[in-house]
Amino acid sequence: MAARDNHGTGAPWDDAFRVVGQPLRKVDGLAKATGQALYADDVQLPGMLHAKILRSPHAHARIVSIDASAALALPGVHAVITGADLPIRYGVIPWTPDENALAVDKVRFVGDEVAAVAAVDEDTANAALDAIEVEYEPLHAFLDPREALATPEPQIHADIRGKPVRGNVSKHVELEFGDVEAALAGADLVLEGEYSFHGSTHAPIEPHCAVAQVSADGLLTLWSSTQITHYVHRALAQVLELAPERIRVIQPCLGGAFGGKSDPFALEFCVALLAQRTGRPVKMLWTREEVFYAHRGRHPMQMQYRCGAKSNGRITGVDARILIDGGSYSSFGLVTTYYSGQLLTGPYDFPSYRFDSTRVFTNKPPCGPKRGHGSVQPRFAFEVQFDEVAERLGIDPIEIRRVNFQGDDTQTVNGQRITSNGFLRCLDLVEEASGWKQRRGQLPYGRGLGVAGSMYISGTNYPVYPNDMPQAGIQLKLDRSGVVTVFTGGNDIGQGSNTVVRSIVAEELGVAYDHVRVVAADTDLCPVDLGAYSSRITFMVGNATIDACRKLRHQIVTALAEAWEVDPRRIRLMEGRAFDVEDPDRTVPTREAFQVAEARFDTLGSTGSYNTPQLGGDYRGGTIGASPAYSFTAHVVEVDVDVETGIVRVPAAWCAHDCGRALNPTLVAGQIEGSTYMGLAEALLEEHGVNRFGLHRGPSLLDYRMPTSLDVGDIHAMIVESVDPEGPYGAKEAGEGPLHGSIPALANAIHDAIGVRLRHLPFTPGTVLRALRDQGGKGEGAAVGSTAAATSKREAR
Amino acid sequence: MSEPFELELTVNGTPRTVRVAPLRRLLDVLREDLALTGTKEGCGEGECGACSVFVDGELVNSCLVAACQVEGCDVRTVEAPDLGNVQAAFLEEGGAQCGICTPGMVLAVQAFVDEWAARGREPDDVELRAALAGNLCRCTGYEKILASARTALRRARP
Repeated sequence: MAARDNHGTGAPWDDAFRVVGQPLRKVDGLAKATGQALYADDVQLPGMLHAKILRSPHAHARIVSIDASAALALPGVHAVITGADLPIRYGVIPWTPDENALAVDKVRFVGDEVAAVAAVDEDTANAALDAIEVEYEPLHAFLDPREALATPEPQIHADIRGKPVRGNVSKHVELEFGDVEAALAGADLVLEGEYSFHGSTHAPIEPHCAVAQVSADGLLTLWSSTQITHYVHRALAQVLELAPERIRVIQPCLGGAFGGKSDPFALEFCVALLAQRTGRPVKMLWTREEVFYAHRGRHPMQMQYRCGAKSNGRITGVDARILIDGGSYSSFGLVTTYYSGQLLTGPYDFPSYRFDSTRVFTNKPPCGPKRGHGSVQPRFAFEVQFDEVAERLGIDPIEIRRVNFQGDDTQTVNGQRITSNGFLRCLDLVEEASGWKQRRGQLPYGRGLGVAGSMYISGTNYPVYPNDMPQAGIQLKLDRSGVVTVFTGGNDIGQGSNTVVRSIVAEELGVAYDHVRVVAADTDLCPVDLGAYSSRITFMVGNATIDACRKLRHQIVTALAEAWEVDPRRIRLMEGRAFDVEDPDRTVPTREAFQVAEARFDTLGSTGSYNTPQLGGDYRGGTIGASPAYSFTAHVVEVDVDVETGIVRVPAAWCAHDCGRALNPTLVAGQIEGSTYMGLAEALLEEHGVNRFGLHRGPSLLDYRMPTSLDVGDIHAMIVESVDPEGPYGAKEAGEGPLHGSIPALANAIHDAIGVRLRHLPFTPGTVLRALRDQGGKGEGAAVGSTAAATSKREAR
Repeated sequence: MSEPFELELTVNGTPRTVRVAPLRRLLDVLREDLALTGTKEGCGEGECGACSVFVDGELVNSCLVAACQVEGCDVRTVEAPDLGNVQAAFLEEGGAQCGICTPGMVLAVQAFVDEWAARGREPDDVELRAALAGNLCRCTGYEKILASARTALRRARP
């Protein structure tokens, strides 16, 4: 746990990094490019059965009866299970266990899981689903969060963990820091506006998949496309009432997640129980349609913001009221509700701040954490309103963001500790690269530039379930051959965390990059790590890795110094060799150094850990959103709006991201590009919504309108290195922060292009055309001012 | 009609015979009957391109091709031995993140390289993007995949 106290931010041996900072190839890159990488669906076991799930056709209904006898009688069907077989509720947040693997008594959304079948093949399993008779008694379905808030009956959940639910309210958080009303009263300008975020989903290209096998001695092994192996392990033990030591969970190669594989899912419990019941391995692969219904994507939010500012642009106070549509289950919703307010308090200084967020249940696919969990929607609302403040005050939108910069080594209004903060550098870079000064306001009508800033956490000190154990653990094993094997519970979901771990080990122990083997995300082999969420792995696992390496390095150096009879400070381990820095001819391959150390200290291995320091404000919820370090981002987006069709194109976007230190710049750039793409995609094209029956509007990649390479413009990723005192070599997160600003920067660019403020996502051609038509009419707030701007642009043309 | 038949085809240069139902998806023939799991299933309805393979030189979605349609055909998958140039480009440019689209993308880039290597001019940005538009990626924003394609094409040129 002392990892963060003893390693500093520089290179381990002298001023120069050998491995860290290099654009090295991914540890699994070749396996992926050649098709050798094994994903959950690639697991094929002798005698394996295939499982399918029967889903509810109703958005809200009581289950009167289920008759599976005809299904069981079909040739090739081995087992059918229902909610009665898995009655224990679970939930990823231990305070809100409101899910059953298969519905008990009632269903809460179209797609809710009702029964599962294991059969010899998928066709037989599907035929069996058709043969299951379920009688439902439909209930009123809530599809509008405002109605759910105002209407206490019928309740979607009556009680959770023995506590009665208040109407259909999932979570309510109200926090105030400073006197917001006084701050707004003292402002020279107060803007008020309504904003909304539609729903969007992760849509990883790999559908969820799980395979279970029970060995003769009763050990249950589960291969699953999860991004949090440890929680699946815990949840399986709880729901199956099986001792955790009889369960092994393995995450094979994972085909994308983005938060969508963070919850324990029905398929994991079902294949496990079906494997127990049938004595044969069981696989379940969800269809693309099922992935859309499983969802756990970005919450729709209706947001009211008030922002007060002095005439010099300085913010005096921000006041937010947010209604969050949670869908049918809690999932991470408790955290989402806090995050919707807690993560807005940078990179600008808020002298006062209040938020009042309410998450309600509705009869729709459950929402959860999608990349930029809970904070992307408020960031959109605030940054659009802030842009309007700049416009009203006649201040350049980049300049007003500089004016309000909170600084580094400071504390936010809600008590979060800020360490490094490279936001100003981010602004400088996007301003210069986009040609902001020369081009903004000078482009012809229909084209424009917009800016936005943002912050995000590098992991959180709220570890989902409270305990005193480390958040990240590492084990190292040294082999006489010179190979170092590192065992990590961290989940590489494509972001490259195994590559980061490998780089750190190679740097610290001076071994060749490809002499480091990474064994990850296997609960039998690896120490616990809390998994891939909240952008925590590079930061926390990285620190734990350094901790483990330093212990072993000390032994190797000590043994070699004794053998060579020199001061240990003269020993270096670099680039596959150990040598005496004052007599470089005295050198051996690291393999021989390992052998000297093994002879001196016996078999070589070490552990390393990381836990966060005590962080967060001294109030209820003050630790939620508290992170050991925050990343900062600035975006400039360029748009080309076709005013005849309403189609918005983004020919280019610039994103500068302060990741502390880029341990691998190729991976960091990949995260910046992928995040920016994902934000623009959900703003312009994608929509996760249901119709009046609760049916998904388009549960296919085509209807969901996931962008192709032709729909995406040039994304320019720029890396800012503020070298954080807490991160591994100074690194902070890169996987989620660079999404946030892309959406408001797009909205602000559209305003620059055509003079209309779009406050309600998504920006479809219809939305844009309507806004253009309404221009100069009854538009809210600054619409009058923006019409003037548009007119002058037209004239300039 | 649905009686299994002896499907004869060539896969990555090797003649293969498998007994399959005529409407079995080529994707399943490859993954399950021939244990070539490099070809991935992303949607099962022809939208994502993760299951792309070559059939007689044409890039197709193998989830939409029935076994009876590939009788006597020459099928090439990501496991084919002659894709090294494109695969190396993906490795070097960081073209793979989660990697689930990568096998299909590698074949789409190979098709692009085959088409453009002999031409006398460089493809423009739209031509390059159009060549890959049948394959969805959710991780990269396509930047590093496009870079991989450019690198592979450059190296394929005489």
